[in-house]
Amino acid sequence: MHPVMEMRDVEFAFDQKKILDGVSLRAEQGDRLVVLGTSGSGKSTILRQILGILHPQRGSVFFQGQEVAKLERRQLSQMRGRIGMVFQYAALVSSLNVRDNLALPLEELTDKPADEIEKIVDEKLALVELTEAKMKMPAELSGGMKKRVGIARALVHEPELILFDEPSAGLDPVTAVVIDDLILDLSAKTNVTAVIVTHLMQSALKIATQMAMLNEGKIVAEGTPDEMRASSNEIVQDFLAAAGEKS
Amino acid sequence: MALDWIKRAFQHLSSVVWLLIGTAREAGDHMARGRLPFRASVFFEQTDRAGVGSIPLIVMVSWFLGLTMALLTGYELRPYGQERLVPGLVAVGFTRELGPLMTGIMLAARIGAAFTAELGTMVIGEEVEAIEAMGVGALRFLVAPRLLAVFLLTPCLVVVSDVAALCGGALISKMQLGMSFRYFGHTALDSLFVHDILDGVLKSFLFGLLIGLIACYKGLTIRGGAAGVGEATTTSVVTAIAAVIAFDSLFNLIRF
Repeated sequence: MHPVMEMRDVEFAFDQKKILDGVSLRAEQGDRLVVLGTSGSGKSTILRQILGILHPQRGSVFFQGQEVAKLERRQLSQMRGRIGMVFQYAALVSSLNVRDNLALPLEELTDKPADEIEKIVDEKLALVELTEAKMKMPAELSGGMKKRVGIARALVHEPELILFDEPSAGLDPVTAVVIDDLILDLSAKTNVTAVIVTHLMQSALKIATQMAMLNEGKIVAEGTPDEMRASSNEIVQDFLAAAGEKS
Repeated sequence: MALDWIKRAFQHLSSVVWLLIGTAREAGDHMARGRLPFRASVFFEQTDRAGVGSIPLIVMVSWFLGLTMALLTGYELRPYGQERLVPGLVAVGFTRELGPLMTGIMLAARIGAAFTAELGTMVIGEEVEAIEAMGVGALRFLVAPRLLAVFLLTPCLVVVSDVAALCGGALISKMQLGMSFRYFGHTALDSLFVHDILDGVLKSFLFGLLIGLIACYKGLTIRGGAAGVGEATTTSVVTAIAAVIAFDSLFNLIRF
Protein backbone atom coordinates (compact mmCIF):
# COMPACT_ATOMS: atom_id res chain seq x y z
CA MET A 1 0.00 0.00 0.00
CA HIS A 2 1.49 3.38 -1.04
CA PRO A 3 1.44 6.40 1.18
CA VAL A 4 -0.90 9.06 -0.22
CA MET A 5 2.04 11.46 -0.60
CA GLU A 6 5.72 10.89 -0.33
CA MET A 7 8.75 13.09 -0.90
CA ARG A 8 12.11 11.36 -1.17
CA ASP A 9 15.26 13.34 -0.69
CA VAL A 10 13.93 16.35 -2.63
CA GLU A 11 16.31 19.13 -3.58
CA PHE A 12 15.17 22.35 -5.19
CA ALA A 13 17.03 25.59 -5.82
CA PHE A 14 15.86 28.87 -7.28
CA ASP A 15 18.29 31.47 -8.59
CA GLN A 16 21.13 29.40 -7.08
CA LYS A 17 19.51 29.58 -3.63
CA LYS A 18 18.74 26.17 -2.17
CA ILE A 19 15.08 26.15 -1.09
CA LEU A 20 14.72 22.45 -0.30
CA ASP A 21 17.75 20.40 0.65
CA GLY A 22 17.11 16.67 0.91
CA VAL A 23 13.54 16.86 2.17
CA SER A 24 11.77 13.54 2.82
CA LEU A 25 8.15 13.46 3.98
CA ARG A 26 5.37 10.91 4.00
CA ALA A 27 1.63 11.20 4.58
CA GLU A 28 -0.49 8.07 5.00
CA GLN A 29 -4.26 7.86 4.51
CA GLY A 30 -6.04 10.07 7.05
CA ASP A 31 -2.85 11.76 8.26
CA ARG A 32 -2.71 15.48 8.94
CA LEU A 33 0.93 16.21 8.25
CA VAL A 34 1.93 19.68 9.35
CA VAL A 35 5.14 21.18 8.01
CA LEU A 36 6.31 23.96 10.28
CA GLY A 37 8.87 26.58 9.53
CA THR A 38 9.65 30.25 9.46
CA SER A 39 8.60 32.44 6.53
CA GLY A 40 10.81 31.75 3.51
CA SER A 41 11.91 28.34 4.79
CA GLY A 42 10.51 26.57 1.70
CA LYS A 43 7.19 25.35 3.12
CA SER A 44 5.00 26.55 0.24
CA THR A 45 7.51 25.13 -2.24
CA ILE A 46 6.73 21.69 -0.80
CA LEU A 47 3.06 22.10 -1.73
CA ARG A 48 3.95 23.26 -5.25
CA GLN A 49 6.21 20.21 -5.63
CA ILE A 50 3.35 17.91 -4.63
CA LEU A 51 1.07 19.56 -7.20
CA GLY A 52 3.73 19.33 -9.90
CA ILE A 53 3.77 23.10 -10.41
CA LEU A 54 7.47 22.93 -9.52
CA HIS A 55 9.62 19.86 -10.07
CA PRO A 56 12.53 18.76 -7.86
CA GLN A 57 16.02 19.08 -9.28
CA ARG A 58 16.95 15.95 -7.33
CA GLY A 59 14.85 13.36 -5.53
CA SER A 60 11.22 12.45 -6.20
CA VAL A 61 7.69 13.34 -5.20
CA PHE A 62 5.01 10.66 -5.29
CA PHE A 63 1.24 10.92 -5.16
CA GLN A 64 -0.55 7.58 -4.67
CA GLY A 65 2.63 5.82 -5.80
CA GLN A 66 2.98 7.79 -9.04
CA GLU A 67 6.04 9.95 -9.50
CA VAL A 68 4.69 13.44 -10.14
CA ALA A 69 7.61 14.64 -12.30
CA LYS A 70 7.17 11.69 -14.67
CA LEU A 71 3.49 12.33 -15.35
CA GLU A 72 2.51 13.60 -18.77
CA ARG A 73 0.62 16.86 -19.05
CA ARG A 74 -2.77 15.16 -19.23
CA GLN A 75 -1.98 12.80 -16.35
CA LEU A 76 -0.72 15.72 -14.31
CA SER A 77 -3.97 17.55 -14.90
CA GLN A 78 -5.93 14.45 -13.83
CA MET A 79 -3.77 14.09 -10.73
CA ARG A 80 -4.43 17.70 -9.78
CA GLY A 81 -8.11 16.93 -10.02
CA ARG A 82 -7.57 14.43 -7.17
CA ILE A 83 -5.84 16.97 -4.94
CA GLY A 84 -7.43 19.97 -3.27
CA MET A 85 -5.40 23.07 -2.51
CA VAL A 86 -6.27 25.84 -0.10
CA PHE A 87 -4.17 28.90 -0.80
CA GLN A 88 -2.80 31.30 1.79
CA TYR A 89 -5.18 34.08 0.74
CA ALA A 90 -7.81 31.70 -0.68
CA ALA A 91 -7.05 32.69 -4.32
CA LEU A 92 -10.70 32.73 -5.32
CA VAL A 93 -11.27 33.68 -8.95
CA SER A 94 -12.26 37.32 -8.48
CA SER A 95 -14.53 37.50 -11.53
CA LEU A 96 -16.67 34.55 -10.35
CA ASN A 97 -19.08 34.49 -7.43
CA VAL A 98 -18.79 31.97 -4.61
CA ARG A 99 -21.10 29.47 -6.33
CA ASP A 100 -19.15 29.64 -9.60
CA ASN A 101 -15.82 29.38 -7.78
CA LEU A 102 -16.95 26.13 -6.19
CA ALA A 103 -18.57 24.79 -9.34
CA LEU A 104 -15.54 25.62 -11.53
CA PRO A 105 -13.61 22.33 -11.16
CA LEU A 106 -16.80 20.29 -11.38
CA GLU A 107 -18.05 22.04 -14.51
CA GLU A 108 -14.66 22.00 -16.19
CA LEU A 109 -13.41 18.55 -15.27
CA THR A 110 -16.44 16.32 -14.80
CA ASP A 111 -19.57 15.40 -16.72
CA LYS A 112 -21.83 15.83 -13.71
CA PRO A 113 -25.27 17.24 -14.50
CA ALA A 114 -26.07 20.78 -13.38
CA ASP A 115 -28.43 19.75 -10.57
CA GLU A 116 -25.83 17.44 -9.07
CA ILE A 117 -23.19 20.20 -9.23
CA GLU A 118 -25.64 22.53 -7.49
CA LYS A 119 -26.21 19.93 -4.77
CA ILE A 120 -22.47 19.44 -4.21
CA VAL A 121 -21.89 23.21 -4.05
CA ASP A 122 -24.67 23.60 -1.47
CA GLU A 123 -23.35 20.66 0.54
CA LYS A 124 -19.78 22.01 0.68
CA LEU A 125 -20.94 25.52 1.49
CA ALA A 126 -23.01 24.10 4.34
CA LEU A 127 -19.92 22.24 5.56
CA VAL A 128 -18.05 25.52 5.95
CA GLU A 129 -21.22 27.29 7.16
CA LEU A 130 -21.38 29.77 4.31
CA THR A 131 -24.63 28.91 2.59
CA GLU A 132 -25.78 32.52 2.74
CA ALA A 133 -22.69 33.71 0.82
CA LYS A 134 -23.41 31.56 -2.24
CA MET A 135 -24.09 34.40 -4.66
CA LYS A 136 -21.58 36.87 -3.24
CA MET A 137 -18.48 37.99 -5.09
CA PRO A 138 -15.07 37.33 -3.44
CA ALA A 139 -14.58 41.09 -2.91
CA GLU A 140 -17.63 41.10 -0.63
CA LEU A 141 -16.19 38.45 1.72
CA SER A 142 -13.99 38.86 4.80
CA GLY A 143 -10.60 37.12 5.01
CA GLY A 144 -12.00 34.29 7.11
CA MET A 145 -14.97 33.78 4.80
CA LYS A 146 -12.67 33.71 1.76
CA LYS A 147 -10.55 31.07 3.45
CA ARG A 148 -13.64 28.97 4.19
CA VAL A 149 -14.81 29.28 0.59
CA GLY A 150 -11.29 28.25 -0.45
CA ILE A 151 -11.61 25.15 1.74
CA ALA A 152 -15.05 24.36 0.31
CA ARG A 153 -13.68 24.75 -3.23
CA ALA A 154 -10.81 22.39 -2.44
CA LEU A 155 -13.32 19.80 -1.25
CA VAL A 156 -15.87 19.86 -4.09
CA HIS A 157 -14.27 17.09 -6.09
CA GLU A 158 -13.76 14.83 -3.06
CA PRO A 159 -9.95 14.98 -3.15
CA GLU A 160 -7.72 12.19 -1.87
CA LEU A 161 -5.28 14.74 -0.55
CA ILE A 162 -5.84 18.31 0.55
CA LEU A 163 -3.04 20.85 0.83
CA PHE A 164 -3.28 23.89 3.08
CA ASP A 165 -0.91 26.81 2.63
CA GLU A 166 -0.80 28.76 5.90
CA PRO A 167 -4.49 28.24 6.74
CA SER A 168 -4.45 30.68 9.66
CA ALA A 169 -2.24 33.34 8.11
CA GLY A 170 -3.68 36.85 8.03
CA LEU A 171 -6.64 35.96 10.25
CA ASP A 172 -7.54 37.23 13.70
CA PRO A 173 -6.93 34.65 16.50
CA VAL A 174 -10.63 33.80 16.83
CA THR A 175 -11.09 33.12 13.10
CA ALA A 176 -7.78 31.23 13.06
CA VAL A 177 -9.16 28.87 15.72
CA VAL A 178 -12.37 28.47 13.69
CA ILE A 179 -10.30 27.45 10.64
CA ASP A 180 -8.25 24.98 12.72
CA ASP A 181 -11.47 23.47 14.07
CA LEU A 182 -12.84 23.28 10.55
CA ILE A 183 -9.77 21.35 9.38
CA LEU A 184 -10.17 18.90 12.29
CA ASP A 185 -13.89 18.58 11.59
CA LEU A 186 -13.33 17.91 7.87
CA SER A 187 -10.67 15.38 8.64
CA ALA A 188 -12.99 13.56 11.06
CA LYS A 189 -15.91 13.62 8.61
CA THR A 190 -14.09 12.74 5.39
CA ASN A 191 -10.88 11.00 6.56
CA VAL A 192 -9.09 12.98 3.84
CA THR A 193 -5.30 13.14 4.05
CA ALA A 194 -4.00 16.66 4.60
CA VAL A 195 -0.63 18.34 4.26
CA ILE A 196 -0.62 21.67 6.03
CA VAL A 197 2.20 24.20 6.03
CA THR A 198 2.20 26.84 8.72
CA HIS A 199 4.49 28.90 10.91
CA LEU A 200 2.13 28.74 13.90
CA MET A 201 3.18 26.10 16.45
CA GLN A 202 -0.04 26.34 18.43
CA SER A 203 -2.16 25.66 15.38
CA ALA A 204 0.19 22.86 14.29
CA LEU A 205 0.05 21.11 17.67
CA LYS A 206 -3.71 21.27 17.59
CA ILE A 207 -4.38 19.90 14.11
CA ALA A 208 -1.41 17.61 13.35
CA THR A 209 -1.20 13.88 13.56
CA GLN A 210 2.37 14.14 12.22
CA MET A 211 4.69 17.14 12.24
CA ALA A 212 7.93 18.11 10.52
CA MET A 213 10.07 21.16 11.26
CA LEU A 214 11.66 22.74 8.19
CA ASN A 215 14.64 25.02 8.60
CA GLU A 216 16.75 26.41 5.76
CA GLY A 217 15.38 23.79 3.41
CA LYS A 218 16.07 20.82 5.71
CA ILE A 219 13.79 18.76 7.94
CA VAL A 220 15.41 19.20 11.36
CA ALA A 221 12.82 17.39 13.49
CA GLU A 222 9.73 15.26 12.93
CA GLY A 223 7.24 13.22 14.88
CA THR A 224 3.84 13.34 16.52
CA PRO A 225 2.79 16.52 18.36
CA ASP A 226 3.79 14.89 21.66
CA GLU A 227 7.19 13.92 20.26
CA MET A 228 7.68 17.47 19.06
CA ARG A 229 6.79 18.83 22.46
CA ALA A 230 9.50 16.61 23.93
CA SER A 231 12.05 17.42 21.21
CA SER A 232 15.38 18.84 22.26
CA ASN A 233 15.93 20.48 18.87
CA GLU A 234 16.75 24.14 19.36
CA ILE A 235 14.46 25.42 16.58
CA VAL A 236 11.54 23.34 17.81
CA GLN A 237 12.21 24.69 21.30
CA ASP A 238 12.14 28.25 19.95
CA PHE A 239 8.80 27.64 18.22
CA LEU A 240 7.37 26.02 21.36
CA ALA A 241 8.53 28.92 23.50
CA ALA A 242 7.05 31.44 21.05
CA ALA A 243 3.76 29.56 21.18
CA GLY A 244 3.79 29.64 24.99
CA GLU A 245 4.15 25.86 25.18
CA LYS A 246 7.45 26.09 27.04
CA SER A 247 8.91 28.71 29.31
CA MET B 1 25.19 44.29 -23.32
CA ALA B 2 23.73 44.10 -26.85
CA LEU B 3 24.27 40.34 -26.81
CA ASP B 4 22.34 40.08 -23.53
CA TRP B 5 19.50 42.12 -24.99
CA ILE B 6 19.34 39.91 -28.09
CA LYS B 7 19.46 36.78 -25.90
CA ARG B 8 16.61 38.06 -23.73
CA ALA B 9 14.58 39.05 -26.79
CA PHE B 10 14.91 35.52 -28.19
CA GLN B 11 13.99 34.03 -24.80
CA HIS B 12 10.80 36.13 -24.75
CA LEU B 13 10.04 35.28 -28.35
CA SER B 14 10.39 31.55 -27.74
CA SER B 15 8.26 31.84 -24.58
CA VAL B 16 5.51 33.58 -26.57
CA VAL B 17 5.63 30.79 -29.15
CA TRP B 18 5.40 28.19 -26.35
CA LEU B 19 2.48 30.07 -24.86
CA LEU B 20 0.64 29.69 -28.16
CA ILE B 21 1.56 26.01 -28.44
CA GLY B 22 0.63 25.34 -24.80
CA THR B 23 -2.71 27.07 -25.18
CA ALA B 24 -3.51 25.15 -28.37
CA ARG B 25 -2.54 21.86 -26.72
CA GLU B 26 -4.62 22.47 -23.60
CA ALA B 27 -7.61 23.52 -25.68
CA GLY B 28 -7.08 20.52 -27.98
CA ASP B 29 -6.98 18.12 -25.01
CA HIS B 30 -10.25 19.50 -23.74
CA MET B 31 -11.86 19.24 -27.17
CA ALA B 32 -10.66 15.65 -27.44
CA ARG B 33 -12.86 14.95 -24.40
CA GLY B 34 -15.82 16.16 -26.43
CA ARG B 35 -16.04 19.54 -24.74
CA LEU B 36 -15.80 23.13 -25.86
CA PRO B 37 -12.20 24.37 -25.53
CA PHE B 38 -13.33 27.09 -23.12
CA ARG B 39 -16.50 28.58 -21.70
CA ALA B 40 -18.56 30.22 -24.44
CA SER B 41 -19.65 32.91 -21.97
CA VAL B 42 -16.03 33.94 -21.32
CA PHE B 43 -15.34 34.06 -25.06
CA PHE B 44 -18.38 36.24 -25.77
CA GLU B 45 -17.52 38.49 -22.84
CA GLN B 46 -14.07 39.00 -24.36
CA THR B 47 -15.41 39.56 -27.89
CA ASP B 48 -17.80 42.14 -26.51
CA ARG B 49 -14.95 43.85 -24.72
CA ALA B 50 -12.40 43.66 -27.52
CA GLY B 51 -14.86 44.14 -30.37
CA VAL B 52 -17.97 46.09 -29.51
CA GLY B 53 -16.19 48.08 -26.81
CA SER B 54 -13.49 49.19 -29.25
CA ILE B 55 -15.84 50.35 -32.02
CA PRO B 56 -16.39 53.96 -30.83
CA LEU B 57 -12.65 54.63 -30.51
CA ILE B 58 -11.81 52.99 -33.83
CA VAL B 59 -14.62 54.77 -35.68
CA MET B 60 -13.62 58.14 -34.26
CA VAL B 61 -9.88 57.85 -34.92
CA SER B 62 -10.32 56.30 -38.39
CA TRP B 63 -12.94 58.86 -39.40
CA PHE B 64 -10.60 61.71 -38.53
CA LEU B 65 -7.66 60.01 -40.21
CA GLY B 66 -9.65 59.38 -43.39
CA LEU B 67 -10.80 62.96 -43.36
CA THR B 68 -7.25 64.28 -42.88
CA MET B 69 -5.84 61.99 -45.54
CA ALA B 70 -8.43 63.12 -48.10
CA LEU B 71 -7.89 66.76 -47.14
CA LEU B 72 -4.09 66.60 -47.48
CA THR B 73 -4.00 64.56 -50.68
CA GLY B 74 -6.75 66.76 -52.16
CA TYR B 75 -4.75 69.85 -51.26
CA GLU B 76 -1.59 68.46 -52.93
CA LEU B 77 -3.32 67.07 -56.02
CA ARG B 78 -5.63 70.00 -56.74
CA PRO B 79 -2.99 72.21 -58.47
CA TYR B 80 -2.43 69.35 -60.94
CA GLY B 81 -6.15 68.76 -61.44
CA GLN B 82 -5.78 65.24 -60.06
CA GLU B 83 -8.13 65.43 -57.09
CA ARG B 84 -10.20 62.64 -58.65
CA LEU B 85 -7.47 60.32 -57.31
CA VAL B 86 -8.36 61.12 -53.70
CA PRO B 87 -11.02 58.39 -53.20
CA GLY B 88 -8.66 55.74 -54.54
CA LEU B 89 -5.80 56.91 -52.33
CA VAL B 90 -7.96 56.86 -49.23
CA ALA B 91 -9.50 53.49 -50.11
CA VAL B 92 -6.25 51.70 -50.98
CA GLY B 93 -4.26 53.44 -48.25
CA PHE B 94 -6.70 52.48 -45.57
CA THR B 95 -7.61 49.01 -46.76
CA ARG B 96 -4.04 47.86 -47.26
CA GLU B 97 -2.14 49.81 -44.66
CA LEU B 98 -3.63 52.38 -42.33
CA GLY B 99 -6.76 50.47 -41.37
CA PRO B 100 -4.98 47.35 -40.06
CA LEU B 101 -2.09 49.39 -38.62
CA MET B 102 -4.20 51.93 -36.75
CA THR B 103 -6.62 49.27 -35.53
CA GLY B 104 -3.67 47.18 -34.33
CA ILE B 105 -2.17 50.13 -32.47
CA MET B 106 -5.49 51.08 -30.87
CA LEU B 107 -6.23 47.49 -29.85
CA ALA B 108 -2.73 47.05 -28.43
CA ALA B 109 -3.29 50.11 -26.26
CA ARG B 110 -6.84 49.35 -25.25
CA ILE B 111 -7.21 45.57 -25.13
CA GLY B 112 -3.57 44.59 -24.71
CA ALA B 113 -3.29 46.75 -21.61
CA ALA B 114 -6.53 45.35 -20.21
CA PHE B 115 -5.51 41.71 -20.77
CA THR B 116 -2.08 42.24 -19.20
CA ALA B 117 -3.42 44.08 -16.15
CA GLU B 118 -6.21 41.57 -15.63
CA LEU B 119 -4.05 38.46 -15.93
CA GLY B 120 -1.24 40.10 -13.96
CA THR B 121 -3.56 40.88 -11.07
CA MET B 122 -4.79 37.28 -11.17
CA VAL B 123 -1.20 36.01 -11.04
CA ILE B 124 -0.43 38.17 -8.01
CA GLY B 125 -3.62 37.03 -6.26
CA GLU B 126 -2.55 33.39 -6.94
CA GLU B 127 -5.78 32.95 -8.95
CA VAL B 128 -3.92 31.61 -11.97
CA GLU B 129 -2.03 29.14 -9.80
CA ALA B 130 -5.30 28.10 -8.16
CA ILE B 131 -6.87 27.40 -11.56
CA GLU B 132 -3.77 25.42 -12.51
CA ALA B 133 -3.80 23.56 -9.17
CA MET B 134 -7.39 22.46 -9.78
CA GLY B 135 -6.28 20.86 -13.05
CA VAL B 136 -8.55 23.21 -15.02
CA GLY B 137 -5.71 24.52 -17.22
CA ALA B 138 -5.05 28.22 -16.92
CA LEU B 139 -3.98 28.61 -20.54
CA ARG B 140 -7.14 27.03 -21.88
CA PHE B 141 -9.41 28.75 -19.38
CA LEU B 142 -7.88 32.24 -19.40
CA VAL B 143 -5.66 32.70 -22.43
CA ALA B 144 -7.54 30.80 -25.17
CA PRO B 145 -10.81 32.82 -25.10
CA ARG B 146 -8.92 36.13 -24.98
CA LEU B 147 -6.60 35.12 -27.78
CA LEU B 148 -9.36 33.84 -30.03
CA ALA B 149 -11.53 36.91 -29.35
CA VAL B 150 -8.85 39.40 -30.35
CA PHE B 151 -7.72 37.18 -33.26
CA LEU B 152 -11.21 36.98 -34.77
CA LEU B 153 -12.32 40.50 -33.90
CA THR B 154 -9.34 42.43 -35.28
CA PRO B 155 -10.27 41.88 -38.97
CA CYS B 156 -13.87 42.90 -38.21
CA LEU B 157 -12.65 46.08 -36.57
CA VAL B 158 -10.35 46.75 -39.52
CA VAL B 159 -13.40 46.69 -41.80
CA VAL B 160 -15.12 49.14 -39.43
CA SER B 161 -12.01 51.33 -39.51
CA ASP B 162 -11.89 51.26 -43.33
CA VAL B 163 -15.55 52.21 -43.64
CA ALA B 164 -15.21 55.02 -41.07
CA ALA B 165 -12.14 56.39 -42.88
CA LEU B 166 -13.94 56.33 -46.25
CA CYS B 167 -16.89 58.17 -44.70
CA GLY B 168 -14.55 60.82 -43.30
CA GLY B 169 -12.78 61.07 -46.64
CA ALA B 170 -16.06 61.30 -48.56
CA LEU B 171 -17.36 64.08 -46.33
CA ILE B 172 -14.26 66.27 -46.67
CA SER B 173 -14.09 65.56 -50.41
CA LYS B 174 -17.64 66.81 -50.75
CA MET B 175 -16.99 69.88 -48.61
CA GLN B 176 -13.55 70.87 -49.93
CA LEU B 177 -13.33 69.32 -53.38
CA GLY B 178 -16.99 69.37 -54.38
CA MET B 179 -16.96 65.62 -55.00
CA SER B 180 -20.32 63.86 -54.69
CA PHE B 181 -20.70 60.94 -52.26
CA ARG B 182 -21.75 58.70 -55.14
CA TYR B 183 -18.63 59.56 -57.18
CA PHE B 184 -16.40 59.10 -54.14
CA GLY B 185 -17.96 55.71 -53.39
CA HIS B 186 -17.72 54.44 -56.97
CA THR B 187 -14.15 55.62 -57.47
CA ALA B 188 -13.05 54.21 -54.12
CA LEU B 189 -14.53 50.80 -54.92
CA ASP B 190 -13.14 50.82 -58.47
CA SER B 191 -9.64 51.47 -57.14
CA LEU B 192 -9.70 48.46 -54.84
CA PHE B 193 -8.54 45.03 -55.93
CA VAL B 194 -9.39 41.83 -54.11
CA HIS B 195 -5.76 41.42 -53.03
CA ASP B 196 -5.84 44.88 -51.39
CA ILE B 197 -8.71 43.74 -49.18
CA LEU B 198 -7.19 40.30 -48.61
CA ASP B 199 -3.82 41.77 -47.61
CA GLY B 200 -5.49 44.04 -45.07
CA VAL B 201 -7.56 41.22 -43.61
CA LEU B 202 -4.64 38.77 -43.52
CA LYS B 203 -2.47 41.33 -41.76
CA SER B 204 -5.14 42.09 -39.20
CA PHE B 205 -5.46 38.41 -38.20
CA LEU B 206 -1.71 38.42 -37.58
CA PHE B 207 -1.89 41.67 -35.60
CA GLY B 208 -4.73 40.33 -33.46
CA LEU B 209 -2.74 37.21 -32.66
CA LEU B 210 0.37 39.24 -31.82
CA ILE B 211 -1.50 41.65 -29.56
CA GLY B 212 -3.27 38.83 -27.72
CA LEU B 213 -0.14 36.74 -27.29
CA ILE B 214 2.05 39.61 -26.08
CA ALA B 215 -0.61 40.88 -23.67
CA CYS B 216 -1.30 37.45 -22.18
CA TYR B 217 2.39 36.59 -21.96
CA LYS B 218 3.22 39.83 -20.17
CA GLY B 219 0.30 39.30 -17.81
CA LEU B 220 1.18 35.73 -16.94
CA THR B 221 4.88 36.44 -16.37
CA ILE B 222 4.34 39.39 -14.08
CA ARG B 223 6.59 39.90 -11.06
CA GLY B 224 6.70 42.32 -8.19
CA GLY B 225 3.16 43.01 -6.96
CA ALA B 226 1.08 46.05 -7.89
CA ALA B 227 4.10 47.95 -9.25
CA GLY B 228 4.79 44.96 -11.47
CA VAL B 229 1.29 45.19 -12.96
CA GLY B 230 1.87 48.82 -13.98
CA GLU B 231 5.28 48.05 -15.42
CA ALA B 232 4.10 44.95 -17.30
CA THR B 233 1.10 46.81 -18.72
CA THR B 234 3.30 49.58 -20.09
CA THR B 235 5.79 47.07 -21.51
CA SER B 236 2.97 45.06 -23.00
CA VAL B 237 1.50 48.05 -24.85
CA VAL B 238 4.88 49.28 -26.08
CA THR B 239 5.96 45.80 -27.20
CA ALA B 240 2.65 45.10 -28.93
CA ILE B 241 2.69 48.42 -30.81
CA ALA B 242 6.32 47.91 -31.85
CA ALA B 243 5.56 44.32 -32.91
CA VAL B 244 2.52 45.41 -34.96
CA ILE B 245 4.56 48.06 -36.79
CA ALA B 246 7.52 45.72 -37.32
CA PHE B 247 5.34 42.89 -38.64
CA ASP B 248 3.48 45.32 -40.86
CA SER B 249 6.77 46.40 -42.46
CA LEU B 250 7.87 42.80 -42.78
CA PHE B 251 4.56 41.85 -44.38
CA ASN B 252 4.84 44.72 -46.87
CA LEU B 253 8.42 43.77 -47.71
CA ILE B 254 7.34 40.23 -48.45
CA ARG B 255 4.23 41.19 -50.42
CA PHE B 256 5.74 43.94 -52.62
